[in-house]
Amino acid sequence: MSKRGIVLYLHVHQPWRVRKYSIFDTAAHHDYFNEQSWDTDRNNQKVLEKVADKSYRPMNALLEKLLNQHPDFKVSLSITGTFIEQAEKWAPDVIESFKRLVDTGRVEIVSETYYHSLAFFYSREEFERQVEQHRQKVRDLFGVETSVFRNTELAYNDQLAQWADRAGFKGILAEGWDPVLEWRSPNHVYRPHGTDNIALLLKNYHLSDDLAFRFSNKAWTEWPLTSDRYNEWANASINDSSIINLFMDYETFGEHQWADTGIFDFFESFVGKWLENPDHTFYTVSGAIDAHPPEHTISMPNTVTWADSERDLTAWLGNSMQHEAMRHLYDLEDGIIRSGDQQLISDWRNLQTSDHAYYMCTKWFTDGDVHAYFSPYESPYDAFLYFMNALRDVRYRLLEHSRGGFNG
Amino acid sequence: MLGWELPPHNSGGLGVACYHMSKALALQGASIDFVVPYDAHHPETEFMTIHAATKLGPLDRYGLMGAYDSKYLRKIGLDEVDADDLKDMRGVQKRYVQFVERMVKDKQPDAIHAHDWLTMEAGMRAKELTDAPLIVHVHATEFDRSGEKFGNPIVHEIEYQGLMMADRIIAVSNITKNIIVERYGIPADKIEVVYNAIDTAAMGQYEYDRSTYTYLETLKSEGYTVVATVTRFTIQKGLTHFVKAAARALEKYDKLVFLLAGDGEQRDELIRLSADLGISDKVFFTGFVRGKQWRDAYNVADIFVMSSVSEPFGLTALEAAHYGAAVIVSRQAGVGEILRSVFKYDFWDTDVLADQIVGIAASPALSKDLRENIKYEYTRISWTDVAKQCMELYKRMKGVTV
Repeated sequence: MSKRGIVLYLHVHQPWRVRKYSIFDTAAHHDYFNEQSWDTDRNNQKVLEKVADKSYRPMNALLEKLLNQHPDFKVSLSITGTFIEQAEKWAPDVIESFKRLVDTGRVEIVSETYYHSLAFFYSREEFERQVEQHRQKVRDLFGVETSVFRNTELAYNDQLAQWADRAGFKGILAEGWDPVLEWRSPNHVYRPHGTDNIALLLKNYHLSDDLAFRFSNKAWTEWPLTSDRYNEWANASINDSSIINLFMDYETFGEHQWADTGIFDFFESFVGKWLENPDHTFYTVSGAIDAHPPEHTISMPNTVTWADSERDLTAWLGNSMQHEAMRHLYDLEDGIIRSGDQQLISDWRNLQTSDHAYYMCTKWFTDGDVHAYFSPYESPYDAFLYFMNALRDVRYRLLEHSRGGFNG
Repeated sequence: MLGWELPPHNSGGLGVACYHMSKALALQGASIDFVVPYDAHHPETEFMTIHAATKLGPLDRYGLMGAYDSKYLRKIGLDEVDADDLKDMRGVQKRYVQFVERMVKDKQPDAIHAHDWLTMEAGMRAKELTDAPLIVHVHATEFDRSGEKFGNPIVHEIEYQGLMMADRIIAVSNITKNIIVERYGIPADKIEVVYNAIDTAAMGQYEYDRSTYTYLETLKSEGYTVVATVTRFTIQKGLTHFVKAAARALEKYDKLVFLLAGDGEQRDELIRLSADLGISDKVFFTGFVRGKQWRDAYNVADIFVMSSVSEPFGLTALEAAHYGAAVIVSRQAGVGEILRSVFKYDFWDTDVLADQIVGIAASPALSKDLRENIKYEYTRISWTDVAKQCMELYKRMKGVTV
């Protein structure tokens, strides 16, 4: 029988945030993602350099150390194209350290859309182009093939699984959400409804969110969480099952939970404790699927994400602004693709990154619970305003194309 | 309670705020004697006792010279002022003080609550005579009233003394609190911020009349967006910046009309400015509005702009929201501190205001989300909460049970 193991999967991402881009910039300047002010988190270089110092550099160093120390330690990463572009520009050493991790052969890269977009819900063709673009980028940069897919925000439904199955993926990731699972445990490998070959891995959100959201919360009854305690929970959870899927943002380590919360030491210590048991191991996402063939089928007809208590898409597609922005954005698809203008296509795609829609979310804003709202904009309305001004400029450039104004 | 006006004899927001606050306080169990400087009937005020300090008519409360203008205020010490000279506003104030002196001798108050500089001297005198705690409630300072200019030194002096003598100060926003701290040197811990509210129940089920602004309604049906402001045309309101922003917005989006409802010393200047900028056909001046025309101005507005250079609170922004407009406020308006579903800009930043106006006009979704979401916000603030905060304050001071 195969060992019982933890499947640690970390998601690495940074969006190209739109600068304070006014209607007077529209049709005059095309530098939407180039905020000049250093006083704001709209400045992409500033954010990337900050998070590189707080999270990417120390966490990659720790992962490298753990890989050296423990032959059984493994990890899976999804790294968005928008992150790679920014890191190549402003923190090339971080790219090099990711390459070293992948070179150990025990770090798997997970497939996704290059632009961290919600294209699946708007245009299947565009979605496929972005998955392919990401796959090619991973090939070029790391020299590896991807075989397990995750969609942006872990937004998942049966149709997506059926698409991934036909596209030849061996696995796909989703949230292990109670109303869907009912009595079932997320600690098994499943088969998505209506598929033949693909396996489904479900996030154990209790144990994942203990780290991602609760670790440094002093109001939490379990604070401060020790690695012994967490190891007990993991042992209790895996009991008579096979895997624990710990899925979270990579930036949990050092950015969402700062170094002074003890997150790095905690994690290092926990990995050691978990592996003290000779029956325990770590799996990559495909390793877990190879070791544990799917036993039962799960169906999720409605889209489930890893966000909020609702686990739906309302943080991205919940209000009229978000719907209007996305509608106008995807309406341009045919013309943009036909233009063949690589810069225009990439600017348009960078506007598809789901973070832009998230910044327009008003569902916590009116409750006055601003703490739930992470955004570099003063309000969701400002986020929408700058986004739409940029989108109008994209439309203007497209119009110039059709007039033969300039060539891309 | 020492005030200068109550509806329907009010010239601005002060009377409205005093009325609703008193009503809510009475419901909390406070027994209120409210002093005004004139003699008139006030309907629906049975929850308190109103005292007339003079026999003057309501319109004469700023002196028989007519409307109040601090430029004409010269005499500082009330002992130099002739209480029989009711042509002079200082004369009216002196009578007001004398009335309050007599009143507190007959009836010892538990607390004295004085609104703005107009009643501060009476408040100080009452405190001196009764030793009851003095709460000075600041709705506006002379710095706000005079825009970017300095204002009247006599008024400044009275405000300074009143603020110094007060046991506690209530400011209607952090903006006002900061002015009191920075300009008058009052310690911040003596001041509490209590925001004004809006009584939507009292505003009732008002039926909007489309015929009031027929021309604007016609333009709206042709796809125009009406951008309105309802205010006094004084420097404090920042309207020249508003008109400049209108011209900038029209460069990018031509289906906009601007409604300037109200009147004031800047009217001619604003009309000239619109002409100079070549946008006269897109800017509408109503002249002084009240009643139906006033409420319909909010109703016809798709976007309401509060462009103030300095605005302690700014109740009209809440009224506009209630009548269904998307709201833009300058960062210099206190009301912005309690609203999130609005756009904010610095009063001088005409390009930002123009961008926000065009953004709303060009996007039905943005306009809809702004209008709908703000309703969740202003309905959360109530005069009952204001009254509770005041009662709490009265009780804390000298452990008085009111």
